[in-house]
This record gives sequence, structure tokens and C-alpha cells, in this order.
Amino acid sequence: MSVPTGRTLLEVRGIGKTHGSVIALKDVSTSVGAGEVTCVLGDNGAGKSTLIKVLAGVHQHDSGEYLVDGSPVRFSSPREALDLGIATVYQDLAVVPLMSVWRNFFLGSEPTVGFGPFRFLDRRRGREVTRRALADMGIDLRDVEQPVGTLSGGERQCVAIARAVHFGAKVLILDEPTAALGVKQAGVVLKYVAQARDRGLGVVLITHNPHHAYPVGDRFLLLKRGRALGTYRKSEIGLEELTRQMAGGVELDALAHELRGVDELRGADG
Amino acid sequence: MTTAPSAAPPDERVGSARLVDRLVLRPEIGALLGALLVFVFFTAVTERFLSAGGVATWLDDASTLGIMAVAVALLMIGGEFDLSAGVMTASTALVTAVLATRLGWNVWLALLASLVFALAVGALNGWLVLRTGLPSFIVTLGTFLALQGLNLGVTRLVTGTVQVSGMRSAEGYSSAGFLFASTFTLGGATFYVSIAWWVLFTIAAALVLVRTRFGNWIYAVGGSALSSRAVGVPVVRTKVLLFMTTAGAAWLVGSINILRFTSVQANQGIGLEFQFIIAAVIGGCLLTGGFGSAVGAAIGALIFGMARQGIVYANWNSDWFQLFLGVMLLAAVLVNNALRRRAERVRR
Repeated sequence: MSVPTGRTLLEVRGIGKTHGSVIALKDVSTSVGAGEVTCVLGDNGAGKSTLIKVLAGVHQHDSGEYLVDGSPVRFSSPREALDLGIATVYQDLAVVPLMSVWRNFFLGSEPTVGFGPFRFLDRRRGREVTRRALADMGIDLRDVEQPVGTLSGGERQCVAIARAVHFGAKVLILDEPTAALGVKQAGVVLKYVAQARDRGLGVVLITHNPHHAYPVGDRFLLLKRGRALGTYRKSEIGLEELTRQMAGGVELDALAHELRGVDELRGADG
Repeated sequence: MTTAPSAAPPDERVGSARLVDRLVLRPEIGALLGALLVFVFFTAVTERFLSAGGVATWLDDASTLGIMAVAVALLMIGGEFDLSAGVMTASTALVTAVLATRLGWNVWLALLASLVFALAVGALNGWLVLRTGLPSFIVTLGTFLALQGLNLGVTRLVTGTVQVSGMRSAEGYSSAGFLFASTFTLGGATFYVSIAWWVLFTIAAALVLVRTRFGNWIYAVGGSALSSRAVGVPVVRTKVLLFMTTAGAAWLVGSINILRFTSVQANQGIGLEFQFIIAAVIGGCLLTGGFGSAVGAAIGALIFGMARQGIVYANWNSDWFQLFLGVMLLAAVLVNNALRRRAERVRR
């Protein structure tokens, strides 16, 4: 599939957000191009969640600029972001567990037949389109009528990703899609991230695991305490350096030193 | 990588065991079995239960309860409670009666005004719950108490007593009475039209719930309001409309009552809200929202009606009804709980 890569879909310039007197995000800049994966890395409390909530339209930014396709935007609800093709898949809230797979798939964009007060759900089409869309992403489900709660964590994320791709998302924002998953499941989810990228979507992948980010990422934004530690292209940084930076570089060295100290103490006791 | 066929042939991994699973996942299956049990039991121990007159009596008993139980079930699937629903059936009847008998309004106009009143209270309930983020249990407990006070206070102010009567002489009574409180004869017994209202309301609610976008949203906002909002479901609008539906159903029941009995007590309806919730739960609604059925709630109300009248026909003391109710409720909650765990079962 040939896809024009690199066209910038979404960009933030010096964006900031405060909650009262708490500065949650300050002066962060990054961009996502079509067919690219931008990874946002950072420890807990680094401002990752705030950044994606601004991108997704849940929060509004207080300073800086947020550009979609080159024009500045300010969303007042996730629906507005969705209408511009920015879809977000949240870690825990991707799906409604008690509802069936196809009802989840079409939630908010249900297909209907009939008109006026007699507009009913097109259940047959809903089921078929869901099955086909999931199959296109390489997700093979036994039964689209089963409740999503019966799927594994990885499968749920995949359903949410397939849904975003199907409904014409241009930018896919993934909030810690691999956080609660085992190694194999995480691998499966990353495969779908790569699939979405190859279809020409821009992907923003939020994670605190550089081992998950590095294989699929094209660009890496490191956040710490609400500020950008740095932005790197893949060619500029290796996995080890990324891991070191992310864990706090100097601090990690200090921690290693401290742990050695503990070891020595234990040695002295024994 | 295997690709699932997009056409009709079912997946070979979906065996016949799935049929049982799917049946178990129908929320109304437990209520249906319960109803069958109660029906067979009272048919066996009493003679009048299955007579045309007997059927008319217990269907009538179940009808007004059923209308409310179905509305409350929709609200509960949407993840909210309405404790003011019981007293609301009296409030709407009082508004209609006061306007028609004291101010001399045409009954139709009084009914319209009381519908507007009901929808406004419903919208207020919804707005308060969503605006404050407080549990609907506590917010509607407040509306419940406020309405109870208003019912008694205003009625005493207007009439000097605690009841409003004299609907029969109001203008437009006969036509309105025909719509809400007439009877029809079937198999030698007299059936109230409220039974037809109940059946129609249940069918409409079931269709909306399972076959429309709005119904999909009801399940979604009850299952996970945050996920729903993230994919663009109008959570606030959906929930407010559900509160208004419950209040609207209370208006329907209030209208049926006032036009049939032509008088209304100011303290009527208190305590009914729990019967609505119990009927909805027996019908398969989860207290936590996101799961349930309109038909199930109607069957829950049917169990209520059959048991209440069956106990009378069997010449037992009606005290036993409460015992029966408690056992029914516990059984229903246990079954529902097991079902939900099955539906939410997580494999990682």
C-alpha cells in the first residue's frame, strides 16, 4: 500500500495546561505525520495524560497552539475531535464490557434503516461490517455477539483500534495500550499499531515502556514533570539511550549508586 | 493469520454450548421461569386464579406497576435510580385533579399541564444528578421527600383535607376517562384498558432499547459513561431523557388512577418506588447499570400481580406476600450477579 507519509496531520507548539496553580503541562511541542508513529514517553505524573486529553478534546489548552491540518483548533468536546478524525483509545475505557462486540464497535455511529421515528438499528449490517473490519485488521473473533467483557485485554484494545480505523480516523491516539498486558498480548497490540500506521494513519502512542515504543516509533517525545525533555527521530537515538533518558538518566545513575551502597552495607553485616 | 469469512456461515468454534450461554445471557430468562412457576402454583392451588375474572384482576394489578417498572428498568439500565417515581404517580394525579376540579379546567388541559409538570421534574432530577455528579439515589431521595411534602401541603392548602375528589363532574371527563380508564369485555370478564397501556408501553420500550440508537446509548451510558462519552455518545442528553421518561410514565399511571378512581389521596404512591425497582431487578436489571430488559421488568411486574392476587384467592393472609417478595428479590439478585460475572468474565 503506498501512502504519502510525512504530511503533518497534527501539531502542538509550546502547548501548556494548568489545573489551578498546578502546572500540568508547559511548553511542549511535537507533531504527527501521516503514516508515522509519535511516541510520548514519561514516568507517572510526567504530563502524558494531560497532553492526550488536550489532543483528544477532553481538556482545553491554556497556552500555545494546537494545529490540525495546519489550522489552529480548540475542542470543547471529544466529539469535535472525532469529527476532525482524531480518535482516542483509552487504556481502561476503550469499550463497554457488558455490550456485545458489534454494539461496541458501532457505539456512537450506529447504522440505521428506516426514517423518522421508525429508524431502527441495522443489526445485520452492524454485525457483518464489524466482522469484516476486524478481519481486515487481522483480528479473528469467534462471535461478534459475545460481550466485549469476555475478550482478553489485548483483544479489547484491538477492537477499539479497529473501530477507530474503520470510522476514518486520521490520527489515532493510544493511551498506554500495552500497560496492563502480558508480553505476547502487548506484541499483538503493537502489531495493530503498525498496521494502522501502514494504512496511512498518524499514531500517537503513549507509554512508559521504551521497549514497546522503540520498535514501532518514528519520533519520540520525552516528558518529565510536565515539560519536554527532548524530541528525537528514531535515527537520532538508540533504545538504550531512550531507556536511560526516560528513567531519568542522572537520577538512575544515582539510584544505582545508592543500591550498591545498600549491597555493601549488607555485605558488611554478613 | 486466519480471516473470518464475512458471509453467513457460522464459525466452527461456536458450538452448541454457546446456545446455553446465549440463553443465560438473556436478562429476562430468570423472570420468565419465575413467572411460570408462580402461575402454575396458583393455578394448581386455587380455582379462581385461572378464571377469566381472576386473570383480569391480576393483570390489572400488574399493569400500572408494570408501566412504571419498565420505565424504571430503562433508567436503571442507564445506570441511575429514581426514588421519586412512586410519589410522582400521586403528584401528577393531584395536579390533574386540582386543576380540573378546583380551577375548572378541562380535563384534557389539566392532563397536559400535569404532563408538563412531570417532564419538568424529571428533567430537574436528571439535571441535578448530572450537574452535581452525586449518586441519583440521594438526589432523587431529595425530590421524593420534596414532592411528598408538596403533595400534602398543597392539597391541604387547596382543599382543607388530604384528598382531591370530584373528577367525574369535570369537563372532558368522559373522553379522557375512555382513553385512560375504560374497560373492555373479553371471555366474559371485564378488563381495564390500563392492561393495553402496559402492553403497548412495554413493546415500545423493548423496541427502543434493543433496536434503536438511543437504546444502544442507554446500555452504553449505564455500562460505562466515560467510555460512551469518549466515542461521542451524548451521555447527559441520554440520561436526562431517561429521567423524563420515568416521570412521563408516572404521569401515565397517575392519569390512569385519577380517571379511574376519580379521587386521589395526597399520601398515595409512597413506597411504590421500591416495588418498581424490585420488579425491574426481578426482570434482570443490574443495580449497577448497563444490563437488563424492558420485557423482563414487565414480567417482574406480572409476578408481583399474580402473587399478590394469588395469595388473596388462596385465602392466605396477605402478610405472606412480603415474605414471598423478599425471597423473590434475593433469588433474582443472586441469579443476576452470577450472570454478570459470566458476562464480564475477563481473560488476560
